[in-house]
Amino acid sequence: MPSHTFIVNGKTVTVNAPDDLPLLWALRDLLGVRGPKYGCGIDVCKACTSHLDGEAIRPCVVPVSEATGREVTTIEGLADGDELHPVQQAWLEQDVAQCGYCQPGQIMAAVALLKRKKSLTDADIDEIANVCRCGTYFRIREAIKSAAAKMA
Amino acid sequence: MTSLGRRRLLTYLVAAPTLAVATKISLDALAPAIAEGAVPTPPAPADLVDLGDLLILAGAPTAEMLVLRVQEDGVIEFRLPREEVGQGLTTAVAMLVAEELDVPLPRVRVRLDDARPELVFNQLTGSSNSIRSLYDPVRRTAAAARARLLAAAAERWGVIAGSLIVREGLVIAPDGRTASYGSLAAAAASFSRTTVPIAPKKESEHTLVGTPATRIDARAMVTGRQEYTLDLDVPGAKPCMVRRPPTINGTVKLVNNESAVRAMPGVLDVVIIGSGIAVVAETFGQARDAKEALDVTWGAGTVDALSDADIKAKLKAANAPLAVPGVLVKRVDAEFDFAFASHAPLETNSAVADVRPDRAEIWSGLKSPIVAQAAIAKAVGLPVDKVTVHVVQSGGSFGRRLFFDAALEAAVVSKKSGRPVRLMWSRIDDMRHGRMRPATHHKIRATYALGQVLTFEHRVAAVETDFRHGLGDMLTATAASLPTGVGNASFAQTLFLTTVKSPYNFGLTTQVLTEVPLKMHTGSWRSVYSGNTRGAEEIVVDELAAQLGKDPVAFRRAFLKTARQREVLDKVTHEGNWGRSLPEGWAQGVGFHEEYKSCTACLVEIDARDPKKPRVTRAVIAADVGRPINPSGLEAQLLGGLTDAISTTLRAGLHIDKGLPMEGSYSQFHYARQKDSPKDVKIFVMPASDEPGGAGELGVPAAVGAIANAYARATGTKPRSFPVNFDIDFDPFPRT
Repeated sequence: MPSHTFIVNGKTVTVNAPDDLPLLWALRDLLGVRGPKYGCGIDVCKACTSHLDGEAIRPCVVPVSEATGREVTTIEGLADGDELHPVQQAWLEQDVAQCGYCQPGQIMAAVALLKRKKSLTDADIDEIANVCRCGTYFRIREAIKSAAAKMA
Repeated sequence: MTSLGRRRLLTYLVAAPTLAVATKISLDALAPAIAEGAVPTPPAPADLVDLGDLLILAGAPTAEMLVLRVQEDGVIEFRLPREEVGQGLTTAVAMLVAEELDVPLPRVRVRLDDARPELVFNQLTGSSNSIRSLYDPVRRTAAAARARLLAAAAERWGVIAGSLIVREGLVIAPDGRTASYGSLAAAAASFSRTTVPIAPKKESEHTLVGTPATRIDARAMVTGRQEYTLDLDVPGAKPCMVRRPPTINGTVKLVNNESAVRAMPGVLDVVIIGSGIAVVAETFGQARDAKEALDVTWGAGTVDALSDADIKAKLKAANAPLAVPGVLVKRVDAEFDFAFASHAPLETNSAVADVRPDRAEIWSGLKSPIVAQAAIAKAVGLPVDKVTVHVVQSGGSFGRRLFFDAALEAAVVSKKSGRPVRLMWSRIDDMRHGRMRPATHHKIRATYALGQVLTFEHRVAAVETDFRHGLGDMLTATAASLPTGVGNASFAQTLFLTTVKSPYNFGLTTQVLTEVPLKMHTGSWRSVYSGNTRGAEEIVVDELAAQLGKDPVAFRRAFLKTARQREVLDKVTHEGNWGRSLPEGWAQGVGFHEEYKSCTACLVEIDARDPKKPRVTRAVIAADVGRPINPSGLEAQLLGGLTDAISTTLRAGLHIDKGLPMEGSYSQFHYARQKDSPKDVKIFVMPASDEPGGAGELGVPAAVGAIANAYARATGTKPRSFPVNFDIDFDPFPRT
């Protein structure tokens, strides 16, 4: 069984898994990192959105072998200790979450978007295609705008 | 009680129920403030006794069997016999407890109760009923705990309890001495409840209840620490997925390559169960690969010959005839069709099960855990008291988790495989073999003369909704309390008649349901019959207004029954600037709905310049729920209802093709995304005036009406089939 070494939330890890095992299952089943959620497995719902070297990826369609030697950040690695990322803080202030299942992915998508663009338009926010089945989109939009204003 | 620890206080109240439906029936409350000349509509069954009243009545004998524990560290643990699926119930209940005990909200922890069969009908989460059924019992339980803590402090200090005050969980004597709740817990536990008066605070004294609070689990959710079923660490539990048949309820005839699949990497077991073939593996990735590699000979399903057109025809043919002749009267006649809709909670159906020869333990998101426990016990051949069923907070429901199919499957696999398993449905299976809101056909005739509506008839035909999750039994148990004419109806009829009613004085008003039994996986979907039924009626209301030459808002105002309803409508028309001019292709629309002692109005603006790609750009919602507990949570529910309505009215539905839904993904079942959602939403919660009404489903029907009406006005069409844009714009996944 091939071995894959990479960094998850600042810690170096090694997993033994087939090259094509989706990173999502390496994280969840082999490493016990369960912030990224399964919602479809085909990069549609985007609930598992995490970062690979700082860019948004969907681990359900990224083979574990692609992570080798690289840095994976999941929702668990976003805060600095007890200090929440401004996007997480904005999520609390807007009381965004309902069931919460999609929110790790929504937050990671928003953080990646804010890395690419400092000043956001509504059209930019519309590009976040993560599904929220509870329909919290308006609060997500408000939280992103509020975080963007604070981070500017 | 000793097992709970000496220094803890256990409040376990079994009091005679004081709630009775009969006391809540008041015709005076409906006193029609009728528009001049409007023909009054007598109360419908749902005006007298709604489904929520029945559930409260069914649960009444055990309503006070709630468990609250004061720990020595001052933490208050409340065990909630309901499920949290995102509706914000745990936060609202924590607020009620914190209010009565005068402790900061973070000090209250709400734990979802395991299945407790002794609660009988008091552990079902649905019908927007949780706050309605828990509001008084939770406050009484917390008030009892507070009274005993004060009594303990009074005895310790030799003062009278009435001289003590409580600030942030600290009991303070007149001379300034203090004692924490935690330090009083053991002494308080020794007081007999009969010696301590129990009276919840007056509502006018509430300082926390009624003010907006962030979810108590919000921080866990934004940091990834919130645990859902498959995030739990159950030792040794292995990933499991099920290969399902090519048509609904298809059967396994033969597995042609079992040994080859068993030899695949990571595969631990292959087990045939009633619904398909389960594969247990080291990772879900391997379980998925292995179940997809299975070569299976399948037997027929239960609706293999049926596609959408057949089902539509059956519904139309089955629908009851209209009673009022259509000749020689002025009228609006309209027929509507609504497609099947997937519940599609983002967390797919899932469960963890550890079944041993002498006992079993189950973890799953369950809204009806007592019924689940009994069914699982039967399936694995154990006595009910040997089956522990843990209710896990879950990633959405919308009615889906009334069913416990994943838990049952996981239990059977665990028993057959002899190991604990974590069973997960794929998204494709969740949409194709999961539950659906049934397709419906509607026939409406409204007649009018001299500016007044004389009759309003609505005939609904629906594919049979499956209520075999405990709700049916509750309705049977309360049948004697139903108004005349409902007592002998079927479960579905009862549910329909106790939830669907018209808020308008439209003269003789009749709403009749006919069900078409098809062996499909249906279930209540947020707002059950009302989303379609009342949505369609709101469209007809607009068309009636147009025929009578009236503005839709003015028309509604004239025919609504009560001042309370009109205030809610006025709020959205004022805040939403009703009637403002909009560019070509844009329009406003309005809808109104009342259920479970709450009412709401919704005003939307739509951009339908491209009728194939409409977008709701703005929404203004007002709701009067009698008494809001957490306005932030309530607004969240209304926002969710709006998004549900945007989705199912404009684009989201399931096509049935030869016994199977074609959709298998959110790229096919078009639930709204951010780009489909309004950039401007304002929600207004009307001030508290009464007891709490239901709110979890309230938002859907009014928004369906508002969106359809805005679309109609913007496009100059009369939408009759929903979702309005329902092309098959995708290549379906292979059948199996």
